[in-house]
Amino acid sequence: MTDTPMTNAIPAEAAAARATAQRRRLRLRWLVPTLYIIFLMLPIYWLINMSFKTTNEILAGFSPYPQRFTIDSYVEILTNPVWYWGYINSIIYVVINTIISVTVALPAAYAFSRYRFLGDKHLFFWLLTNRMAPPAVFALPFLQLYSSIGLFDTYWAVALAHCLFNIPLAVWILEGFMSGVPKEIDETAYIDGYSFPRFFVKIFMPLIASGIGVTAFFCFMFSWVEMLLAKTLTSVDAKPIAAVMTRTASTSGYELGLLAAAGVLTIIPGAIVIYFVRNYIAKGFALGRV
Amino acid sequence: MAEITLDGIRHAYGPVRGPDDYALKTLDHVWTDGGAFALLGPSGCGKTTLLNIISGLITPTEGRILFDGKDVTLLPPEARNIAQVFQFPVVYDTMTVAENLAFPLKNRGVKKADVRARVATILEMLDLAALADRKAASLTADLKQKISLGRGMVRENVAAILFDEPLTVIDPHLKWQLRSQLKRLHREFGHTMVYVTHDQTEALTFADTVVVMVEGEVVQVGTPEELFERPRHTFVGYFIGSPGMNVFPVRLDGATAHLDGETIDLPAAASAPPSARTELGIRPEFVTLGETGIPFTITRVDDVGRERIVHGEIAGRPASAIVPEEGEVPAMPRATFRPDRINLYADDWRIEFSS
Amino acid sequence: MTKTENNRAWFLVLPVLILVAMNAIIPLMTVVNYSVQETFGDNLFFWSGTSNYVAVLTSERFIHALLRQFAFTGIILLIEIPLGVAIALAMPRSGVWSSVCLVLMALPLLIPWNVVGAMWNIFALPDIGLLGWGLNSLGFNYNYTNQPVSAWFTIVLMDVWHWTSLVVLLAFAGLRSIDEAYYRAAKIDGASRWAVFRYIQLPKMRQVLIIAVLLRFIDSFMIYTEPFVLTGGGPGNATTLLSIDLVKAALGEFNLGIAAAMSIIYFLMTLLVCWLFYTLMTQRDARENAS
Repeated sequence: MTDTPMTNAIPAEAAAARATAQRRRLRLRWLVPTLYIIFLMLPIYWLINMSFKTTNEILAGFSPYPQRFTIDSYVEILTNPVWYWGYINSIIYVVINTIISVTVALPAAYAFSRYRFLGDKHLFFWLLTNRMAPPAVFALPFLQLYSSIGLFDTYWAVALAHCLFNIPLAVWILEGFMSGVPKEIDETAYIDGYSFPRFFVKIFMPLIASGIGVTAFFCFMFSWVEMLLAKTLTSVDAKPIAAVMTRTASTSGYELGLLAAAGVLTIIPGAIVIYFVRNYIAKGFALGRV
Repeated sequence: MAEITLDGIRHAYGPVRGPDDYALKTLDHVWTDGGAFALLGPSGCGKTTLLNIISGLITPTEGRILFDGKDVTLLPPEARNIAQVFQFPVVYDTMTVAENLAFPLKNRGVKKADVRARVATILEMLDLAALADRKAASLTADLKQKISLGRGMVRENVAAILFDEPLTVIDPHLKWQLRSQLKRLHREFGHTMVYVTHDQTEALTFADTVVVMVEGEVVQVGTPEELFERPRHTFVGYFIGSPGMNVFPVRLDGATAHLDGETIDLPAAASAPPSARTELGIRPEFVTLGETGIPFTITRVDDVGRERIVHGEIAGRPASAIVPEEGEVPAMPRATFRPDRINLYADDWRIEFSS
Repeated sequence: MTKTENNRAWFLVLPVLILVAMNAIIPLMTVVNYSVQETFGDNLFFWSGTSNYVAVLTSERFIHALLRQFAFTGIILLIEIPLGVAIALAMPRSGVWSSVCLVLMALPLLIPWNVVGAMWNIFALPDIGLLGWGLNSLGFNYNYTNQPVSAWFTIVLMDVWHWTSLVVLLAFAGLRSIDEAYYRAAKIDGASRWAVFRYIQLPKMRQVLIIAVLLRFIDSFMIYTEPFVLTGGGPGNATTLLSIDLVKAALGEFNLGIAAAMSIIYFLMTLLVCWLFYTLMTQRDARENAS
């Protein structure tokens, strides 16, 4: 059987009918996510809108976009050390927390995914309960604890305090990814003479690299958004951006433009992180963990 | 049950710039009512595309498809009245076995009493009666496949039942059992069945007619015997049989073929276009090793029980022969071919002897 | 997967244990300690037994905060779970648009909670906020700073804005794990759109939806920063949820004994609900594995 000539053209209306037949199921479904995204973007747009207005214009009344466009608020934030150190402080403790959480969660998640040991189920549940502990309950005791060990107003205080909910989370997510790796791989490696640490770093961790990425993302996220503990455990040196914003809101009167600009700038790190992990987010959630 | 006619079907997934862009090349074929057909070929040969065209998941770029003479080319799957069993078992997890079987009927508004009677019949037919009230999710893969098959058979007027490599996830020892049960159901109830597989044993034991495909092209349509005895294309020769057919380049000269200085007698004269690449095909079953014929260099002998498979080389080309368990094989054997089993090929397509 | 018995696995868990225990047990002990004492001025503590607990459980203020909390959690669960599922069902399942949707939808999740509060504060201002201005020009009498109904509407809307995406992402992940063959089979079986949802999509999303409900329950139950920044618990006590009340008692009024007893009661309630969920989930898993 050889090829027939290419020009076996079909009538135009038949071609159209075929196209319709294939597109049959699309219709207006896109409208739902579109409306939802518009709803999500409105408050963010409003924040951006305010951040480019002068204080006078804001107080003068409602306007859907800046009449006298100004970047003064941003200039103020990016040149005033009190402001920009707020961001740097926040990022520092978030990064420290992410590194600690992932590092200690890796071996623990391995233990939970591979071994049965005394009290393992209870331990796992107890860990998870800490994800459920309301920060408001712990704020005051934390303040006393970290003051007494001399860590108050350091990055370490916040980074360690956030471990309370981030470590259980990290163990939970990582355990899900690790359970997906067949046990035979471990056994083969041990037979090949790998020691546990070498096997873990050289063979096992590359296998769950995407899982580690997803975990780091969620640790970063939850540490970045939590503000109650971060504010309580710092005063001057390690003050997070949230505290700076609160101070602005209360002391310098009604500086809405500045506040809005500061808010916009806190969205940016999150947006960057989401962009990089966009393909893994669904995968992380798919494991039913988080 | 219906006769399925493929009229000039051709399909491309993307834009068409040349003949190679077609995932499925032109196909004209009629599948008779109540037949058992297999689509056989390696992965990516277009057999699943063809199946999806029949089921209506894909509308072909060109051509028409008819069920009992009625054009269904533009109809969606649900309007075509076909049933399909997929590679991975599809059952509705939250329903019992009986509810699974009743589902297609309920969706079509069949009366309750009729549904119950029909489901009972199918449960009986598939030996699932004992499991009727079990949750489908808790069953093994082979039982789940039976349920998906049952969901197809439960509709009395179903035009055809399509199988897309249905035994892939079934335990080996259950495969054979499920296949013979399928065969029995086909004989008893006479549904038109189309079975897609890359496994020649499955295809040859299941189907009356096997369609062999490669690279989007149908190379042969025939009964299992025809595929074995007279492969229309060298690919069919290689792909079917174990080991596949031996193929040697030859020069044709009337009723004689010349292979590397040796001559082979043909049953009759044959001729090929002068520029064509000519080859001789002979199945290992019809190669005899003895003291006369063409020199055969042995590289390995596999003992497979009732017979031995001798691997080696003829004229520098890999060759194999199947010899009986008790027979002697000389250390430096020569090979002879049974003349009536020789096939000749010009540019990979079979040529007839001019008798 | 079958697991090997190995008690040395405890060593692998040890670092986690130390860090979490330090953060969980010591503060918890402090809280328990406060909860059974009475404080007078600086460092004067007296044993008071269960009197703080009795005081909390019989105080109208706590009961009201608790009722408000349950109302809030109930409302947002009723809105966010169905809405999230609906949006996930309508999302493109793969391709560029799917990625675009995911990225944009995840955005609210990554905004610091005080910024969420501040953003909604600005957004809902009756005179210059888009929402407040819009509602008022549509003829609604809306002002979240002095009307309880407006305040509730605003914090609920804010929470829906903030967290529905989490439900969407979870439900979407559940949907993506469904093999295309299921949809094809359903089509061939003549299933309606509703039947596809009821018998294919919902059962496959069940596991992630339980997690979504659990997470939304926990997180909404301990919500603090966003409503605090937005309404400060007002007008009056209209939007004073449990955490806000707790912080008021502890830091505002420095009534440590009462605050601590509230904390313990509060924590135990969360724990109880989570334990129920956890048992339900693991029991079902066990049943499915057994059959």
